[in-house]
Amino acid sequence: MAGSIEHEIAIGRARELESVPILEKIHEWVVTVDHKRLGLMYICGGLLFFVVAGLQAVTMRLQLAMPNAGLVPPEVFNRLLTMHGTAMIFLVGMPILTGFFNYLVPLMIGARDLAFPRLNAFGFWLWFFGALLLYFSYIAGDGLYGAGSAPDVGWFAYAPLTERAFSRGNSTDYWILSILLTSVGSTATAINLIATTFSMRCEGMTLSKMPVLVWLSLVVSFMMLIALAPLSAAQVMLLLDRFVGAHFFDTQAGGSAVLWQHFFWIFGHPEVYILVIPVFAFASEIIPVFSRKVIFGYAVMVAASGAIAFISLSVWAHHMFAVGMTPAGNSFFATSTMLVGVPTGIKIFNWLGTIWGGKLRLQVPMLFCIAFLFQFLIAGLTGIMLGVAPFDWQLTDTYFVVAHFHYVLVGAIIFMIFAAIYYWFPKATGRMLSERLGKWHFWLFLIGFHLTFDTLHFAGMTGMPRRIYTYQPGRGLDTLNLVASIGAVLQAVAVLILIINVVRSLRSGELAGDDPWDAWTLEWSTTSPPPEYNFATPPVVRSRRPLWDLKHPEDPDWRYE
Amino acid sequence: MAAASAIASTPALAWKATLPYRGRVGVIALILTESAFFSIFVVAYIFYIGKSLTGPFPKDVLSPPIVNTICLLSSSITIALAVRALRTNSIRTFTIWWFVTFALGLEFLAGTALEWHRLIYREGLTISTNLFGTTYYSLVGLHALHVTIGLLLILLVMIFTVLGYMDRRHIERTDVLSWYWHFVDAVWIVVFMTVYVIGR
Repeated sequence: MAGSIEHEIAIGRARELESVPILEKIHEWVVTVDHKRLGLMYICGGLLFFVVAGLQAVTMRLQLAMPNAGLVPPEVFNRLLTMHGTAMIFLVGMPILTGFFNYLVPLMIGARDLAFPRLNAFGFWLWFFGALLLYFSYIAGDGLYGAGSAPDVGWFAYAPLTERAFSRGNSTDYWILSILLTSVGSTATAINLIATTFSMRCEGMTLSKMPVLVWLSLVVSFMMLIALAPLSAAQVMLLLDRFVGAHFFDTQAGGSAVLWQHFFWIFGHPEVYILVIPVFAFASEIIPVFSRKVIFGYAVMVAASGAIAFISLSVWAHHMFAVGMTPAGNSFFATSTMLVGVPTGIKIFNWLGTIWGGKLRLQVPMLFCIAFLFQFLIAGLTGIMLGVAPFDWQLTDTYFVVAHFHYVLVGAIIFMIFAAIYYWFPKATGRMLSERLGKWHFWLFLIGFHLTFDTLHFAGMTGMPRRIYTYQPGRGLDTLNLVASIGAVLQAVAVLILIINVVRSLRSGELAGDDPWDAWTLEWSTTSPPPEYNFATPPVVRSRRPLWDLKHPEDPDWRYE
Repeated sequence: MAAASAIASTPALAWKATLPYRGRVGVIALILTESAFFSIFVVAYIFYIGKSLTGPFPKDVLSPPIVNTICLLSSSITIALAVRALRTNSIRTFTIWWFVTFALGLEFLAGTALEWHRLIYREGLTISTNLFGTTYYSLVGLHALHVTIGLLLILLVMIFTVLGYMDRRHIERTDVLSWYWHFVDAVWIVVFMTVYVIGR
C-alpha cells in the first residue's frame, strides 16, 4: 500500500523532469483547477500588474520631481493616477493576497484542494480578463465618440463626474466592468476559502488548532462577502445610469452624488482591512518561525482580527468629513475610527511579544517583517490623526492623505508581500532566493520608501493638493518633491533586484529541501514544490504546530495546549 | 488487509462526519454576500422615496401584487415538502412538489411581467422616467433576475427527474438549491415591504 504511493510520487517526479513541449505546458496551466497553480497564477499576474502600475507611479513621480515639468500633459497625468490606483488595489493587492491564500490554506489545513476547484479556476479567469479589460481601455476607451482613452476619474470615481454627460466615450465603462468582474472573481474565492476552511480540514485540525493564517483568511473572506457586494451594487447602478438612462447618481434628475460616496466607502474602508489582514496573517506565520517561539496570544490575535473586521464595517464615512455631515455623524465616524486602533494595537503588541526574548534570525523575510511593524505603526498613527474630523478638514485631499495611505499600502502591505515571497518561494519552487540580493532589495526599498513617503507627509502639510500634475516653484515644495522622486526611483531599482533574484533562483538557486526555515505548519511537511495531491497520506494533527510535534516527539506541543 | 484498513480508517471517517457539507457552507456564504448586495439596492430605494422630481409617483400606479406574493411564498413550502420527500426517497411525491414549485415560481415571474407591461405601456413609467422608475425597476428587476436563475436551476433538476436520475443520493445538493430558493423568497418579503408598503 505504502509502496504504491511512493511509486506514484516517483512517477510524478519523473514526469516533472521530462521536457514537455511548451504548448502542452501552457495548455496544462490554462485548464488547471489545482489550487497551487491557480495561486501562483494569481501571484504572478498580480506581480506583472505591480510592475506596470509601479512604472506608472514612477512616471508621475518624475513629472512631479521638478516644478513646471512637461514630461506628461495633464490629461495623461489624470489617466496615470486613476490607472495606478485602480490597478494597485484590484489588479495587484487583491490577486496577490488571494493567490497566497489559494496556495497556502489547503496545504496548511492538510487538504487535497479547495472545496470547489472549478469555481476557483472560474474566479481566476474572471479576474484575469477583468484585469485585461482595465488596460484594454488604453486602446478601446475612445468609444464611438472619439473621446477619452483610459479612465481618468480617479480610483474612487466620484459621481456625477462618472455620468454620461461628463465622462464621454467608454473609458469609464471599462473601469466599471473591470472592477465588477474582478470583484465577482474575488467573491468566488472568498466563498471557496470559507467552504474549504469549514469542510476540508484534516483529521484533528479543529478550528482552535488552525494556523493563524487560516483564521485570518476566514476573517478576510467574510469581509469580502460583505464589503465587495456594495461595490458591485454601486457599479451596477452606475452602469444602469450610463447605459439605460437611470438616475441613481444623476444630480440633475434629483439623484445624489453623496450616495455614491457612501456606497463606495462602505466598500472602500473595509477594503483597506481586506488588504492588510492577509499581511497580518503573513506576519503571524513568519515572525514566530524567525523568533523561534510560538505566536504570543493566539486566541487574542484571532479575536482582534475579528474585532477589526467588525469595527471596520462602521468607519467608512471618515473618508467623507469634508462633505459636510451632521456633527453627530462626524462624531460617530471619528469615534469608530479611533476604536479600530485598539484591536490593531493589540496585534502589534502580540507580534512584539512573540519577538521578545526569541532567538532572532535576521534573514530577509524577518527584516521585511520588522520594517512592517514600525511602518504599520506610523501608518496607524497618521490614520488616527486623519480620523479627527477638524484635522481632516485641514488636510483632506492633500499629499498628507496620499502619504498616509501609501504608508499602509506600501509600508505594510507591499513590505509583507515581499516577506511572504521570500518565505514561501522555496516551498513553491524548491529553490531558495539569494539572501545577498534579498538584503540589497530590502535596504534599497526601505531607504527609497522612506525618502518618498516620509517627505510627502510634509509636502501635504505644506499644502500640496493631491492629483495635481505640476506646481509652481518657490512654494516650499521643490526639495520635498525632488527627494520623493529620488526615493521612487530607488524603489523601482529594488524591485528590479527582486526580479533578477527570482529569475536567477529559478535557474540556479540553492535547493531548498522540504523545510528550509525549520518551520512548524503543515505546508513544510510535504515536498517542495508539493505534488499535485499535496500529501501522500492525509496528515493527522494534534496541536497548532504539527511539524514541531513530528520533529520533537519527546516534547510535543499537544501536552501543553 | 481489507479489514485492517477499514479499522484504520474509522477515526478518519468519524472525523469527516463532523465536518459540514461544503455545498451548504458555500450557499450560506453566497446568501450572505447576496444579502449585502440587495441591501444596497434597498437602501437606495428608501433613500430616494419621495425624491422624484416628476411623476408618475408610486401611490398613483402601484398596487400590491397579493396573488404573486402568495404564490412565491407558498413555493417555499412546496420546495421544502419536495426535499422532505426526497429524503425518504419517495420520488413520486418529490416530483409532484418540485413541479408545483416550478409552476408557482413561473406564475410569479409572469405576474411581474404583466405588472411591468402595464407600468411601461399604460402608465408610461420606465427606468429613465424618474428616480422612482430608476429604483423600482432595478430593485424589482434584480429580484426577478434571482427568481429566474432559481427557476433555471429548478428546471435542471426537473430534467434530471424526468430522465430518472433523481434519488436520495442527491439530497444534499437539492437541499442546498432549496436554501437558495428560500433566500429568494425572503428577499421578496423585504422588497415587498420596501416597494409596496413603505414606498407607497
